[in-house]
Amino acid sequence: MTDTARLRPLADRAAAATPPGMARGIRGLSDRAIAWTFISPTIALLLAINIFPLLWTVYLSFTNYRANRPNAPLVWLGGQHYTDILTSPDIWAAMQVTARFVIASITIQTLVGFALAWLIDKKFRGHGVWTTVILLPMMLSPAVVGNFWTFLYQPQIGLFNYMISFVTGVPPSSFQMLGDTTLSPWAIVIVDTWMWTPYVMLICLAGLRSIPDSIYEAAEVDRASKWRQFVSITLPMALPFIMLAVLFRGIENFKMFDMVNLLTGGGPGSTTEVASITLKREAFEKWRTGYASAFAIILFVTVFGLANIYVKALNRVKQR
Amino acid sequence: MKRLLATLGALVAAVLVAAPSGNAYAQGKSLTLCWAAWDPANALVELSKDFTAKSGVNMKFEFVPWPNFADRMLNELNSKGKLCDLMIGDSQWIGGAAENGHYVKLNDFFAREGIKIDDFMPATVAGYASWPKGTPNYWALPAMGDALAWTYRKDWFGRPELQTAFKQKYNRDLAPPKTQAELKDIAEFFQGREIDGKKVYGAAIFTERGSEGITMGVANALYSHGFKYQDPDKPYAMDGFVNSADAVAGLEFYKQLFKCCAPPGYSNSYMQEGLDAFKSGQVALQMNWFAFFPGLHKDPNVGGERIGFFVNPPAKTHGSQLGGQGISVVAYSPNKDEALNYVKWFASAEVQKRWWSLGGYSCHKAVLEDPGFPSSAPFAADFLTAMGEVQDFWAEPSYAQLLLSMQKRVHDYVVADQGTAKQALDMLIQDWTKVFKEDGKI
Repeated sequence: MTDTARLRPLADRAAAATPPGMARGIRGLSDRAIAWTFISPTIALLLAINIFPLLWTVYLSFTNYRANRPNAPLVWLGGQHYTDILTSPDIWAAMQVTARFVIASITIQTLVGFALAWLIDKKFRGHGVWTTVILLPMMLSPAVVGNFWTFLYQPQIGLFNYMISFVTGVPPSSFQMLGDTTLSPWAIVIVDTWMWTPYVMLICLAGLRSIPDSIYEAAEVDRASKWRQFVSITLPMALPFIMLAVLFRGIENFKMFDMVNLLTGGGPGSTTEVASITLKREAFEKWRTGYASAFAIILFVTVFGLANIYVKALNRVKQR
Repeated sequence: MKRLLATLGALVAAVLVAAPSGNAYAQGKSLTLCWAAWDPANALVELSKDFTAKSGVNMKFEFVPWPNFADRMLNELNSKGKLCDLMIGDSQWIGGAAENGHYVKLNDFFAREGIKIDDFMPATVAGYASWPKGTPNYWALPAMGDALAWTYRKDWFGRPELQTAFKQKYNRDLAPPKTQAELKDIAEFFQGREIDGKKVYGAAIFTERGSEGITMGVANALYSHGFKYQDPDKPYAMDGFVNSADAVAGLEFYKQLFKCCAPPGYSNSYMQEGLDAFKSGQVALQMNWFAFFPGLHKDPNVGGERIGFFVNPPAKTHGSQLGGQGISVVAYSPNKDEALNYVKWFASAEVQKRWWSLGGYSCHKAVLEDPGFPSSAPFAADFLTAMGEVQDFWAEPSYAQLLLSMQKRVHDYVVADQGTAKQALDMLIQDWTKVFKEDGKI
């Protein structure tokens, strides 16, 4: 019995169960209209929870609105918030901190993640167990990670300082990972790398496993060296996956909030005050809703623009 | 029909018999009181049992840890939430809460119930209850007096070998400091010293970045050096006051104290970290709020005879940072009458005396002016002294913006070594001027 023949009784029963009025109505609709009927609830939901808030945020960004003073008169400020933000040295400092954090963490995570994926891809005894162990940090809650790394970094009792002391001979309480302006940005990069390198590794591993063995076999026949195989086969074929991992991590780290908030709160001073911390302070501590909306729009446009350029580059690499 | 009428009659009679008692009427009612999660809150829970016994109104509590207290509760007020019937909000919230209609104005209620605001210490009325400042418009009843002061390890100070070493170095006795300079000397003396085989440090001071910590700590140093928020004759004129030579000296002093004498890793610490450092025997001196002193005095390891207390010492003048809060009725509460009843009950002299005995800091003159008060606790006399010299941060509706600017500028200077004290204070004036301009104050 063909599929169509098997499904016919079901279709007949559905048609019979449909009230005649509705059946008449549906019969009169075009395919396009039926499609719209089905997707309209989703579209309505999307408009309500995504598009409307976005448009509302854009509107608020041109006003002096403060969520804690709903009764205050709303004044149209034009682009004043945008001008203030783009000329504010504090905002530029926060953007620079964000950029440095994104670049440092992604570079390290990509290198380490790819190296781990490459090692895990080589079948060895117990590699399944090692893969699970490596993936563990990624499965933890950022709140938990932030809190226990705060203890690890404690200069007097923290394990991290004792490990550094053991290796270098420097007294453990002589340096502060979270309280020093030079070390604190690196303290966050270390934690982010510890937590999210497994994620990069997973994506890279998928890339490495997608390379057919026949290509390596052909290279072996041609007597290509291992290095040559790596440079000419492994790297180019895994590159789209690596780029994808960089894209995901880049977007995530650009809006990094939880880890920084838990580890340093943006300090010491403003050394680790990334853009999302500044945004949170403006929106929910200073209650400058209009100003914060403008800043959120600027951040959104920045991430969206950079991601678009990057996706175009990614597509070009995939087409090669 | 007759039977139906008889049943109805019985029901009406039952309702009438049950209704007259106010206590019984209040049975089943409950009030939620919102405050910070700290030692005095536990004392208030104990105290409020008396209110429940008297009124029949059940008391519920919503206590939030200090670092999240302002965020959580201001969100609640701004969203016109009905969670809190009574709010013991921070002193700086009073301007915003009054102007945005979050608190019920209490003037009529005070007049109706015969509650005299003059029965409370003037500094607490100005700090916790009135807005605009200095006017007889009351939005809260002073509930919990508090100020920033110091604790020290009395047992260490009393050790002969340390006394001798200190006298040799500073040519005076090792005793609670009488000036800010002496305070720094003592902190330096203890920094890195070995006591009972353990390395100890000088002073646990406030350096927290996220909420209000470093501002409160720095303010204590600024006030004692002569800092003023504005020209007394010209409101909101800050140049020459916020960045005066005295203010610069105060800020520089705080940085020196942090650099010389704080324990390692103490760059983002507030009251809880200070308590931890002191209770674990890490530090000789601790800056903290009076609210914690009853608990510290009872501590089995560092309390009793091992702990001493002193008021923030002067440099050029006397000054302490005001803490503490007033109790307000939330305007969005569906139980305003019961909440007002609680305030009325709380305002009575008897309840205030019991409040102090349980560990709360009463602001009522019947308690504070009692001849036995200074000797009622080892820190009671210091509390009176401190409350006589307190200053508070801005209580403007935009206090959060003003506070966050100061957090940034002083943390950048004190902890992150950016710029000079003068530059930090100049930038602070720029930030504050911008806020006041946005608010139409200047």
